[in-house]
Amino acid sequence: MGSISFDNVGKVFGAGAGALVALEGITLTVADKEFVAIVGPSGCGKTTCLRMVAGFERPSSGNISVDGKLIVAPGPDRAVVFQQFALFPWKTVRGNIEMGLRNKNMSLAQRMPLVDAALKLMNLESHANAFPHQLSGGMQQRVAIARAYVLDPAVLLMDEPFGALDAQTRVVMQEELVRLARLNPRTVLFITHSVEEAVYLADRVAIMGRRHGRIKAIVDIKSVRLAEQWDQLERIEDVMEQESFVHLRSSIWKSLREEK
Amino acid sequence: MIMEHRISLRETLAYGAIGLAVFFTVWSALVLSGVVPHTFLPLPTEIIGRFITLLTHTFAGATLPQHLLASLGRYLEGFLLAAAVGVPLGLLMGWFRWLDDILSPIFDGLRFIAPIAWVPFAALWFGTGFGGPIMIIFAGAFPPCLINAHRGARFVSPSLIEAASMLGTGHLRMIYEVLLPASLPSIVAGLRVSAGLGWQSLVGAELIVAANGIGYMMVQGQANVQTSTVMAGMMSIGLVGFGMDRLLRLAELTIGRRLGQPT
Repeated sequence: MGSISFDNVGKVFGAGAGALVALEGITLTVADKEFVAIVGPSGCGKTTCLRMVAGFERPSSGNISVDGKLIVAPGPDRAVVFQQFALFPWKTVRGNIEMGLRNKNMSLAQRMPLVDAALKLMNLESHANAFPHQLSGGMQQRVAIARAYVLDPAVLLMDEPFGALDAQTRVVMQEELVRLARLNPRTVLFITHSVEEAVYLADRVAIMGRRHGRIKAIVDIKSVRLAEQWDQLERIEDVMEQESFVHLRSSIWKSLREEK
Repeated sequence: MIMEHRISLRETLAYGAIGLAVFFTVWSALVLSGVVPHTFLPLPTEIIGRFITLLTHTFAGATLPQHLLASLGRYLEGFLLAAAVGVPLGLLMGWFRWLDDILSPIFDGLRFIAPIAWVPFAALWFGTGFGGPIMIIFAGAFPPCLINAHRGARFVSPSLIEAASMLGTGHLRMIYEVLLPASLPSIVAGLRVSAGLGWQSLVGAELIVAANGIGYMMVQGQANVQTSTVMAGMMSIGLVGFGMDRLLRLAELTIGRRLGQPT
């Protein structure tokens, strides 16, 4: 269970003459177990969309609901993976991952198997007792993803999760995320400015323009991916060489470019 | 790199020694030349001599270490009370905006009353009893504890607070497991300032205690026109204060290193 719906959502920062319209008329539905990516240039309001689903910010107009329930505050049913990881530096990897479970008042005996499974899922078993600053950026983001997954959230919100990683690590993490999505499908709202990343990961891609903070188009990727059998290809570069992939990427890219 | 570091350390020590040597030479010259009467300013060696004598001989009812111990006991109580109230209250004010709004005006008014200005009030309340000095030390040590905990909690990275709240963290755990560790460097820096201010408030506090303590010893020295006793007392206050500051600085560095780079 987990569907997100934006119903004619607007967001204005500030008031009076200095007010800034960040988003206007956003209507978007993410179905249960669907992976939707929002792409757009910096400052287009894509991160604000995610932050409102997370409950960090309130829409100025319109409604956002998850499974039909209006969002009033942040909560563990909507786990967030942040660009800057936001791990607790004074807690070990295990301590970070089990924080959300402790908040659910689970006993140690209940938590242990879940945390162990999350560690295993993200290949972190040998780092369970390390502190975040002892890990590379890629490993830190694995911890953050494990911390979100272990909660078994209705929806997973990822805010440019690989934006702070180097190119090589980024590719590994993208493949990893596809592996996770097959193993354990989730409702995901994924924010990125990378068109390639969006096309590779998502079922649908929503394109946001720089002006007016609107969604200008939604592109279906899933049907192409299934028809062209991308899933048979193991490596990201093989997928990216597919004619169908190149075509989708450049059409989204053009749509973004028209903005300027 | 290591060589460079050694040389600069050696230079630092050398300059420090030069400074001290000049200070004591000028001091001795002033006394020996008769510019300053000997009664008001003894020679540095005489003060050290008096200090050593006081280590084993009683003055004003106790030896210097006994006076110091009495002072330290009082001081610790005042300081620990200030830390035990100030740090949690500062964190709470950093988390609950309404509490901050309620308490800030009161606190901002009170903190400009110097610890020494609490002496007459404390004397009225406690006479020469036990509570007076603790109240004054508390007045000196409390503000930095509160201010630094408050500021530390306010400046915790918003993304850590957002991460904790999306994990469903409640108020108590948020304060104890997120705000407290995140503001620990600020809190420890505050404790260091607070330890210094509390120790400085001590003599003022002990002016109203008639039994023992380093401040009491100095007041008695003054009454007997024993400048060397007064100054030996000042010397021990300085030495103990310096020692405590060094210890707390070490604690500060250790904590900073333990926490690593905050992400």
